[in-house]
This record gives sequence, structure tokens and C-alpha cells, in this order.
Amino acid sequence: MEIIDADVAIVGAGGAGLRAAIALAETDPKLRIALISKVYPMRSHTCAAEGGAAGVIKPDDSLDMHFDDTVSGGDWLSDQDCVEYFVKEAPRELLQLEHWGCPWNREADGSVAVRSFGGMKKQRTWFAADKSGFHILHTLFQTSLQFPSIIRFDEYYALDLLLDEGRCQGLMAMEMRSGLIRQFHARAVIIAGGGAGRMFPFTTNGAIKTGDGMALAYRAGVPLKDMEFVQYHPTGLPNTGSLLTEACRGEGGVLLNKDGRRYLQDYGMGPETELGKPQLKTMELGPRDRLSQAYWHELQNGNTVSTRWGECVLMDMRHLGEKKINERLPLVRELAISYLGVDIVTDPVPVRPVVHYMMGGISTDARAATPLPGLFAAGECACVSLNGANRLGSNSLVELLVFGKRAAWSAIEYLQDLPAADTAALTARALESQTRIRELFSRTDGTESMSGLRKEMMDTMEKNVGIYRDHAGLQEAVDTLGQLRQRYRKVVLNDRSNVFNTDLFQVLELGCMLDCAEALTAGALARRESRGAHQRLDYAKRDDDHYLRHSMVHYRGSGAPRVDYQDVVITRSPPGLRDYSGGHQ
Amino acid sequence: MSRRPFVRPVSRTRWYFKHPRYLRYMSREVTCVFIGAFTLLLLCAVERLSEGQAAYESFLAAIGGPWSALGLSIVLIFVVHNAISWFNVTPKALPVQIGEGFLPGRFIVAAHYAVWILISLAVLFFAGVL
Amino acid sequence: MNERMVQLDVLRYDPQVDDEPHFQHYEVPCKEEWVVLDALNAIKESIDPTLNYRWSCHMAVCGSCGMMINGEPRLSCHAFLRDFEGVIRVEPLANFPIERDLVTVADDFIDKLKRVKPYLIPGETRSIDEGEYIQTPAQLMKYRHFSMCINCMLCYAACPQYALQPLFLGPAAITLAHRYNLDSRDGGRDERQQVIATNEGVWECSFVGACSEVCPKAVDPAGALQQVKVASTLDWFREHLLPGDTK
Repeated sequence: MEIIDADVAIVGAGGAGLRAAIALAETDPKLRIALISKVYPMRSHTCAAEGGAAGVIKPDDSLDMHFDDTVSGGDWLSDQDCVEYFVKEAPRELLQLEHWGCPWNREADGSVAVRSFGGMKKQRTWFAADKSGFHILHTLFQTSLQFPSIIRFDEYYALDLLLDEGRCQGLMAMEMRSGLIRQFHARAVIIAGGGAGRMFPFTTNGAIKTGDGMALAYRAGVPLKDMEFVQYHPTGLPNTGSLLTEACRGEGGVLLNKDGRRYLQDYGMGPETELGKPQLKTMELGPRDRLSQAYWHELQNGNTVSTRWGECVLMDMRHLGEKKINERLPLVRELAISYLGVDIVTDPVPVRPVVHYMMGGISTDARAATPLPGLFAAGECACVSLNGANRLGSNSLVELLVFGKRAAWSAIEYLQDLPAADTAALTARALESQTRIRELFSRTDGTESMSGLRKEMMDTMEKNVGIYRDHAGLQEAVDTLGQLRQRYRKVVLNDRSNVFNTDLFQVLELGCMLDCAEALTAGALARRESRGAHQRLDYAKRDDDHYLRHSMVHYRGSGAPRVDYQDVVITRSPPGLRDYSGGHQ
Repeated sequence: MSRRPFVRPVSRTRWYFKHPRYLRYMSREVTCVFIGAFTLLLLCAVERLSEGQAAYESFLAAIGGPWSALGLSIVLIFVVHNAISWFNVTPKALPVQIGEGFLPGRFIVAAHYAVWILISLAVLFFAGVL
Repeated sequence: MNERMVQLDVLRYDPQVDDEPHFQHYEVPCKEEWVVLDALNAIKESIDPTLNYRWSCHMAVCGSCGMMINGEPRLSCHAFLRDFEGVIRVEPLANFPIERDLVTVADDFIDKLKRVKPYLIPGETRSIDEGEYIQTPAQLMKYRHFSMCINCMLCYAACPQYALQPLFLGPAAITLAHRYNLDSRDGGRDERQQVIATNEGVWECSFVGACSEVCPKAVDPAGALQQVKVASTLDWFREHLLPGDTK
């Protein structure tokens, strides 16, 4: 088995992974950086982010306001030291991207333009039309090409972390096109593997978002934090789940029920604002959790529109006019026309909430360090506790940048005075990992189909772990997932080829998703309160006395996961009321 | 080694039959043969002209027959096809930005046709046809 | 919702078994609004788990799922079944070696992308503390459409020059270089010209225009390459004809 030596190995080459790689290469050109990803960097799901990236830059705005919006948006489950660092670094990171060539939209005077976004009190979302994530990803990828010390391992699937003497010292990865497994001996590892939305059947997430990075860390003993907080984006296309960016509402799009009523006013986000004059932090510019929950109530009350794609509400953007739509929302128009046959210039478009983002993930501190020495994490796979119980739109693209860089810096600090690795011990661990894959190939008693197990997982997640949850449903999901994980041990590998065997990778990805789903459900069952994106029908109120804490889910091999809690860091904003009434409450 | 990437063969002589757009391209490219032939003819005409009126008139007589006329008509068709196909793609090579937008390509194409017509009229004028 | 049986002939190749690729016929029930990628996913899920292809976003932005569909390079997530009649022929992207089934070897493209220095080489250095570079909306619009390339490689599959001369840098790579050349913040054109204004660069292009016809993002690489040719020609005239300028 070939050994590849590196100073830092990065798993995942999306926004966070690339930002980390560039920060490492810029800070110390002598570092050998292995950038490992199961897809070519520009295929990473960062490219699908549309709306933009929040950073304070205009004179009427302030870091404190961005802090307050983020903390209240997260229902006070954010670590406030982390938020303070984030809002301070955000403008610098966005400027850095500008200096690297990102084609941000501009004001007439040539300065960077900002737009409105949900839950934000001021306009502070930098944007590149409605392809912001795409431009950020490509700018980072292209910028990374100038650093010879970044060695890319494109289309390598990470299998296991290599641990020795209580430290993370590398990982195992399979070159997808040859099936060859390689050991990466790295003095530090950064996981930037993205989210796990594919646990759910209806999601904005691309096929690659299967929680591989989260599972890598979780199985190595690192707890997953706040996994029960899953963001539903309120405006997905009802058939494909493709996202219609929040910028639709930022620019003035409104949500209507079957009677043409702007129903958000009935759910504490009113009174109704004037059409074409969106007001920040109220009505359609409320936070995503509230909007998705309002949809659920409309559905219960029979106020949704029946379409051939199922129950929906309508998003109306006709009053924006063709010119503004083409200038600011071209992708949205293109998506709605091609996938639904609806032109947003002339017709309202049917939408419904869709699984979009995991607030939870690999537990890290504000330095992006996990409790496991030598292991760092950033991006959606990590839970640095910026987003708390609900992420504000346009904070996550910036999170990739701020904490991607922070992870790199923390890794460099960690590398100082590090004892030498015991290569023989690592290779012994590597052989154990290799055996797991060999066993899959040689298995003859398999009875379970991968796609069958995957469907059962998705069905139980959709049915029991959706926008509103209760004890009975969550218990059912816990039981089902436990059984699925047992049955997974008998999964059949249909394709035994070594070359680009996507059957194999789907089997491995399913294993990761089952682990993530189990952690998520365990966290949700244990949290007997409603906060942000975690809403319990049986515990409808926020309970700061018991649950102003992060849930930490620990892996226990074949046993059920264990849940304990960690205190939230509060520096200056005590828990309060989330007010999206536009100042009318 | 289990990898064995398969390279599909490409025909160097028949590739343009694979798609109508390649045939369209080849029809544009092949016009150069006819333009080249006509250029040679023009050079011949200039040489004969330099040899005196008699030489030039015998040259004119030589190319005045019905077969020559047919040949020259074919050449004309290809020359026009060449001009049209190139004019129609000029907006790609020479975009004109006005403020935040671009001048629609049809204006650039139209400008080429206008200049073409003007020059043709001028030639006809100096030739005494008009 | 209406379902219908869709028939596909898919080119299969497993290097561990096959000497050369061969077509395999599938029939799969599909919803009328599906795209070709949905049909492939249905095949993989319920008929043949050994079928291999790349895909991710299903919204025509990640650039993974380019394939030849009835001989035309397309993103399979954006090729609607309603637009096809009869058997749909699906093959891996032309002009790239086949790794397995519909998966091609992309190394050549990835390498060429890097060679054109597709990153900002600042004209004047500016620190982060000095804020953003000023760029007017007009300056932005000058290059923005060329920055929309999703690296899906459809243009390489359509380009007969690339098929005949694999050393050709190709449409997307040169377009990306041009995108940075046009950026008001950039000063790296001279460096990129060393790579793109060469025989294997832009002068290999004979303006077939196929790249722009198949581009799913309306980037117009053919336009970019002709503009590079015009600019390079003007460079030549400046160097050789204008007195005193011996750059």
C-alpha cells in the first residue's frame, strides 16, 4: 500500500477545503498540502449556493448588528465568542475574495453592492448575481492553482482517519479510478467534507452530500454537535428540490397561499408590508425556520395549493419586472422555466420547504479544532457553533471562508513541536481499514440491497424527523435506523470492479448517512424543547433552563449513540425574544 | 493495474460527416478554394492587361463562353456564401460594449452588409456600370 | 403524474472485462418531466447497479454530468426526456478517453486549465485594508459572461480541432484566460499570452463555433477565442509596425 506523506491533509475541496489549502500555502510555502476530494473541486456543492455572503461593509451597518442578527437568528444556541470572531473576519474574507477576482455585483460607483437577506437587519449580503457560491468556488479553485505546494488528489474517497497515540495522523483514501487504497500520513488533518442532506429524500443538496466527513470524525470518537438542527429552506422547486434563492424574497418576492393571502402575517411575522417594498427582518424576510414552519401550518389548515407536484405555496415575483429579474435572478428564472415550465416574469412559481443545510456537525471550538488532537474541521460538516439552532441565509458562504482559514492557522500552530509519527503503527491501523473494504468485496452472504436500505432511511427521516417532530415519531426513527444499521452489515456489493465503482461508493456513503441520521435522531429525541429549526409538537416552548446547551452525540460502535451536553458560550447577549414583527411587537 | 482507459478512434478524413454543424463549417472553409481560384484568374487578367489591349481582349473572349460563365457563377455563389458566413459571426469577434450592455449582434452584422453594398456600388460606379 | 417507458442505449465499458465499449439497452419507467439523468438514476437504482456515471447538483451548475446524448454533448441533468423520441443513445463525452461506462478521463482538461493561469494577477497591488478594487458595473459586464464557465467540458467534446489535435488548449481554458485578461483588476495578460497566443493555443482554433453552440451556460467560448485572436494580431502589428515600441 502506497504511503503519501503530507504536513496537512484536507478532506474535501469545496469552499472551506480550498480556503484552508490557500491559507496554508500562503502562510508557509514549505508545507506539503494534500487536498483530497471525492469530486473535482469545482463540482463541490458550494457551487450551488445562490444568494450571497454576509459581511458588514456599508456605513449604516455595524459588526454588533451582524452579531445580534446571527445570535437571535440562531435562537441563542450560537457560541458568542465564535460569532464575534466571525462577524469581524467576514468583511476581510469577502474583500480577500474580491482581490482574488470574484465578480461581485457592483454599485454604480464601482464599490461592492449588497442586497437584503432573511433575518438580517441591514443590507449586507455580497452577491454575484444569483450564482454567488459558484463564483466563490471557482475563484477559490482558480486561485489555488497558483500554489505548487497544494497537491490535489481529485476523485479520492476518504475511508478512515488514522489515529495513533491519541492523535489524528492521517487518513485512508481510495483512488476512485483505480480502486487503489492509499495511506496519507499527515501531521494534521482538516475535514471540510460538507453536509449530509442526502439523508432526506427531498433536498436541495447534490448527490455528493452524504455526510462522509462527519462520519469520518464521528467514528474516530469526535462527537457530532447539535445534529438535530436541520434547516428547511422555504422555497424549493416542488419536483427536483432545486433551490430558489432567498434573494428572490430579498429582492421583493412574496409568498401566497391558495387564497392569494400573504400568510406569513398570520404567524407572527406581520403586519403585511407593501408589495415591492420588502422590509428587513419581517414578513418574507423573516428567518428560514419560521417560514418553513409557517408552511407546515398552512398545510395542516388546508391553505396550500394542490399542484401536479404535490402541495405547494406560491412565490410571486411578477412585480419585480423582467429587467430586474434578468439582472439579479437569472438562474432562478432559468431553473423555474426549465424544470417547472413556469416563467417567474409572468407567473407565480409553486414552492415548498426543502431540506437544505445541517447546522450541526463535527464538534469544534472557535479555533476550528476538534477535541481530537490533530483534527480540525470547517464548513457545513463542522459545527463551530456559529449558526446555533437556525442559520441565517448568506452566513454559510462566509463561514466556509472564515473558518476554512482559521482551521488552517490552527493546524499550523498545532504542527509546531509535534513529535514524529510512528509509521509502523500507522500502517498497522491502515491495514485494519483496508480489511473493511476487502470484506465488502469478498462478502458472499449479503442479503440487503443498498438502494432498498437507502429508501427506508429516507422514508423514516422524511416521516419522523421533518419540520415538526414528536416523541413517538422520533422513537420510531431511532428504532428503524438502529435496525437499518444492523441490516447494513449484510449489504450486497453488486459491482466488484476496481475501476470507478460507484456502487461501492454509494454503499460506503450510505454507511456514513446512516451514522449521521442516527446521531441526528438521537439528538432530536433527547432535546425536549422547541428551538430554531428543531420544533417538537410535544414540547412547543424553548426551555433555556434545560436546553440552552449543545447536544453532543458520541459514537458507540454497534451500540446506540450516547448523548450528553456542553454549555453554550454567552458573552454579551442573554437569551431573548426572536422578534420578526418589523418592530410591531 | 486495472485501469485501461479506452480511446475512441477519430477519423481524420470523415469526421465532418458526424454532425451537420461540421458540414456547415466545411462548406464555409471550402469556399477558400473557389476564392483562391478566382484570385488566380484576376492575377491572370492583370498580367494580360499589362501585355496590351489585344492580349486582354483575347483573355476576355477566352473566359466569355457559357462554361466559363457557369464556373464563374459557382465561384460567385461560394464567394457570397463566404462573405455571409463570416459576416454573421463577426459580432463574436468584435463585440461592441455600450455601458453595461452589448450592442446587439445584428447591428454589427448589418453594418458589414451596409459597407459591402457601398463598396460594391462604388466599384460598379468606377467601372462605369452605374 | 404521467409515466412512460423510456428506452436508452447506453455505452458500457468495464476495462476489467471488456476489450472495447458496447451498447446496452435499457427500458425504464420515467415521469414525463424527468431529465436523462433521472432515467439513469432509475436504471442504477432498480435495474443495473453496475452502471457508472458522474453527477451531483441536478441543477446544471456543478458540471459533472456531461454526456453525449444522441450524439450531442449535453448536461444529462438538463436534457429533458420530453424532447426525445424513440431510443435515446447515451455515450461518454467525446474526445476524452473512457475510464468506465459514462465516466471519462478528465486529466487533460484539468491540466490545461491550470496552464493558462486562470487567476487574478493584480495590475496594481492593493492591501485588504485599502478595501475593494473599484470596478464599475460596465467593467464587470465586460468579462462577466466569460466567468460563467462551469468546466463541464462539453465544448471540448464538440470541438473537432481538439479531436484532431489533442495538444490544443481548447475552448474553456482559453476563454478563462480571456476572462481574466478582460478584468479591470488584472495585469497578467502578457504572462497568459505566452501560453494562449501560440500554435497550440488560440491559433489552433479555426472558428468552427461548435463550442458556443453546445455551451449550456451561454459563455460563448468561440467569441472569446476570436477576440483573443484579434487582440493578438493587434499586438503583432504594434510590435512590428509601430516605431519605437519594441516591447
